[in-house]
Amino acid sequence: MSEQPVTDAELHAYVDGLLPEARRSAVETHLAAHTDDMARVAAWREQNEALRAHFTPVLDEPVPARLLASASGKRMPAMMRYAAVLAWFAVGGVTGWFVHDYKTEKSTDTIAFAQRAAIAHIVYSPEVRHPVEVGADEEAHLVAWLSKRIGGSLKIPQLGTLGYQLVGGRLLPGNQGPVAQFMFQDGSGQRLTLYVRNGSNETKETAFRYAQERGISVFYWVDGRFGYAISGEIPKADLLRVANVVYQQLNP
Amino acid sequence: MDGRNPDLAQYIPRLRRYARALTGDRGRADDLVQDTLERALVKFHLWRPGSDLRAWMFTIMHNVHINQVRANSSITVSPLDDEALQPSMRATQTDRLEVLDLETALARLSQEQREVLLLIGLEQMSYEEAAGVLNVPIGTVMSRLSRARERLRTFLKGEAVHASGLKVVK
Repeated sequence: MSEQPVTDAELHAYVDGLLPEARRSAVETHLAAHTDDMARVAAWREQNEALRAHFTPVLDEPVPARLLASASGKRMPAMMRYAAVLAWFAVGGVTGWFVHDYKTEKSTDTIAFAQRAAIAHIVYSPEVRHPVEVGADEEAHLVAWLSKRIGGSLKIPQLGTLGYQLVGGRLLPGNQGPVAQFMFQDGSGQRLTLYVRNGSNETKETAFRYAQERGISVFYWVDGRFGYAISGEIPKADLLRVANVVYQQLNP
Repeated sequence: MDGRNPDLAQYIPRLRRYARALTGDRGRADDLVQDTLERALVKFHLWRPGSDLRAWMFTIMHNVHINQVRANSSITVSPLDDEALQPSMRATQTDRLEVLDLETALARLSQEQREVLLLIGLEQMSYEEAAGVLNVPIGTVMSRLSRARERLRTFLKGEAVHASGLKVVK
């Protein structure tokens, strides 16, 4: 029995309490002799505990009435909601106000944010004579001005290590208020834009999300009060590298 | 419970917990639960009496969720796959250790990895049950679980290293 080598699957099963009792001592002997596996097993066990500790309080939250209604078959609102969301996507925002009160607002809102960032990129990045309102030669003024209009202190990431220099920035109307757009350019004339809004109604952090709109790649995320979207007509992997640098520089 | 009127309400808290962890957002999670309950009622005749109703509900939720993720992609929205994330994560670690909180770390897993990790780690399903819910072979469950745990470990590493005593096992 104990000559049988211990597999990774058995290590997982050990963590999850799913290991057959007959293999228990073999696994424990293995772990005692392999500290790296021991560390992995300990980390996995902590993950399980952390997940349960973090999310189990949801079990005690009062159940919303709409869910109880759905469980018992009184199900009109969701169909309407679906129809509304589909229509919104189909019509492209014209009916957006209709969905606005519904709970899907948040996710559609961030998608709309990415979409607007892409469109702003499409509109301004080909511009030859007036790509920005305030140029990089007045960077301090640019930052002060946009920070004041956005209502929060903005920082401009330095992308020189990636070959991109600041061209400048401009103020744009977003769907919730003023938005800042910074433009960067590399030696070949390739342009990237960073679109920043202040969504001060909540502070949270999200993962990087990726969207594509009319050939433009967009990585977007929320960090604290600000929502960011970086857009460019470059491959996803390259843009991700830029997004990572931007993220790190804005979070020193 | 009789065949006409299944008591689905009893599953709501568990479904909400899973959906919250899956979507990372309260509103979206409850929308998902609501859609799941409605779908379950419509499809209830397909449930085999005697089989595990909870696992069946999770299966429905999985399917609803997948469909929603797809339906929402009129502009393509996709989670980052492993390959895309690898180089940048490595680059990050050489510069400074990136410590993520649990929800952020979860959000950075792929959809598939997150589901497996949550069904097993949070919902404490067996590997067979998780395979049934996700309609994939057990081998796939195991490989996703393994990748999910290792990636999560990387994301949470700073915390795990700095928190005293956590690495000590018996």
